[in-house]
Amino acid sequence: MAMTLDTIAAPKPDTIATPAPSGRLRRYARPALGLLLPVGLALGWEIAVGLGWSNGRLVPPPSKLFATIVELARSGELTRHIVATLSRVFAGFGLGVVAGTLLGAVSGYWGLARQLLDPTVQALRAIPSIAWVPLFILWLGIFETSKIALIAVGVFFPVYLGVMGAILSVDRKIVEVGRTFRLSGPAMIRRILLPAVLPAYVVSLRVGLGLGWMFVVAAEFMGASEGLGYLLIDGQQLGKPAQILAAIAIFAILGKTTDWLIEIATAPLLRWQDAFGRQGGAT
Amino acid sequence: MLALDRIGKVYPNGVNALERFSADIRLGEIVAIIGGSGCGKSTLLRAIAGLDRATTGTVTLDDIKVTAPHAKIGIIFQEPRLLPWLSVADNIGFGLSDLPANIRREKVAAALARVGLSDKAGAWPRELSGGQAQRVAIARALVPQPEVLLLDEPFSALDAFTRRDLQDHLLDLWADTRPTLLLVTHDVDEAVVLADRVLVMRPRPGRLFEEIKINLARPRDRASPHFDNFKRRVLTALDRSLDRGVPDADAKSTTGEAMWW
Ligand SMILES: Nc1ncnc2c1ncn2[C@@H]1O[C@H](COP(=O)(O)OP(=O)(O)O)[C@@H](O)[C@H]1O
Ligand SMILES: [Mg+2]
Repeated sequence: MAMTLDTIAAPKPDTIATPAPSGRLRRYARPALGLLLPVGLALGWEIAVGLGWSNGRLVPPPSKLFATIVELARSGELTRHIVATLSRVFAGFGLGVVAGTLLGAVSGYWGLARQLLDPTVQALRAIPSIAWVPLFILWLGIFETSKIALIAVGVFFPVYLGVMGAILSVDRKIVEVGRTFRLSGPAMIRRILLPAVLPAYVVSLRVGLGLGWMFVVAAEFMGASEGLGYLLIDGQQLGKPAQILAAIAIFAILGKTTDWLIEIATAPLLRWQDAFGRQGGAT
Repeated sequence: MLALDRIGKVYPNGVNALERFSADIRLGEIVAIIGGSGCGKSTLLRAIAGLDRATTGTVTLDDIKVTAPHAKIGIIFQEPRLLPWLSVADNIGFGLSDLPANIRREKVAAALARVGLSDKAGAWPRELSGGQAQRVAIARALVPQPEVLLLDEPFSALDAFTRRDLQDHLLDLWADTRPTLLLVTHDVDEAVVLADRVLVMRPRPGRLFEEIKINLARPRDRASPHFDNFKRRVLTALDRSLDRGVPDADAKSTTGEAMWW
């Protein structure tokens, strides 16, 4: 929270007025650019409600939202819900990533395994994951296990596909370099295949995490006594739109933060990449 | 000695890419292989490198049959094929992972200096020009000190000026340890400036067509009449190699010289 406020406050006057060194401009102006739209909208709405153009009952203004969050935080409720949701996402994400990585790697590396495994996995992928919910509840009960299983299923597929696709598309020419230096199987994996698939793997982790956040809501809708998804349902049943919006805002913050954590954790491993996006794309 | 004995290759799709190719190549000799596109030059080199299996015939290096990549045989491709996630120095040291780190570092530093890229040791491959990248590839192949170095059109993607520069450079590096060089090219100049012997191939199926010895002392002067003379002989052989059904060298158009490839 403090950080976002800093970044809003810092850049406004001086980056525009003084032609600062471009490094500094890049560090502050980029995030500021991204904040322009949401902050502008929030301010606009706040003013609209403040001036009485709208009563803000169904769409409460940011100040009301903020007050709700503070209130939840003060009672300790907020932490409990966040911890519940985060631990579900982490457990499901962890399981999904491990399974997806293992099966994806096996399918990508061994043609025979791919022929055996891939058709089944693809068929399962065609099932909307939510369709598993009743079965999971029957099998695993209404509590944590079924929720985590659902999230894991959601995370599994993009990771599986990402890993398998990345291995299959490793450049044959680079593999030949490994062969001419007579790398053994494990050395080939460690020195050629792993680094080659890493960029695509990171992307699949991020997609998987996004799906993990999506499915945690679905999981918490199917009956939970705590968690951000519970806050959503509770807010709906008791007619508290501010609580719903507060939960949504926290989802946004948590989702973005966890995604960003993956990004910075893997950035040192991907410095070598020579991609369009690294230069900030077309300006 | 590298002995190629009646090497033939039929690809699974039925293409007869190479037939009964035989040659004996002395240690330290520089042999250029030249021929039209699709006459099996890459096929031959990949068989020698052990990357592909020949359908018939054998490759032997110092009486040992080669069927898989061999420690004493290095290969350089048309593209540098550097590993993008390794620095220039780590790329050069890629084949030295068995050595202790300090010896590896020394060898890599020496090789970097030798190809004139000491200042690029820590750079990423993407930061190199085409010529620099190919120099790194040459250093990477030479640093484990192979007995035979195979080069498959190594300079054909470079501009004429850089190409010349790298040809001279290659000769320089060759003089250090004098490995056998087997160089595929479609540049007659390159063949004559580098090779002790030029093997001309003919297509469909790929076969050895003619062998021309280049008896010129090094360093070779590209402008000398002798040089021109050898160039002409190679070009003539190339022309004939493509004139299927007309095996004699008499009737011949001058346009063919420029159009052979
Ligand atoms: N992997 C392959 N599968 C089938 N045919 C191939 C393959 N590689 C090369 N060929 C065929 O073999 C012939 C010789 O190819 P190649 O050795 O690459 O020729 P060069 O290097 O002399 O241009 C060509 O007709 C080509 O189409
Ligand atoms: Mg070729």
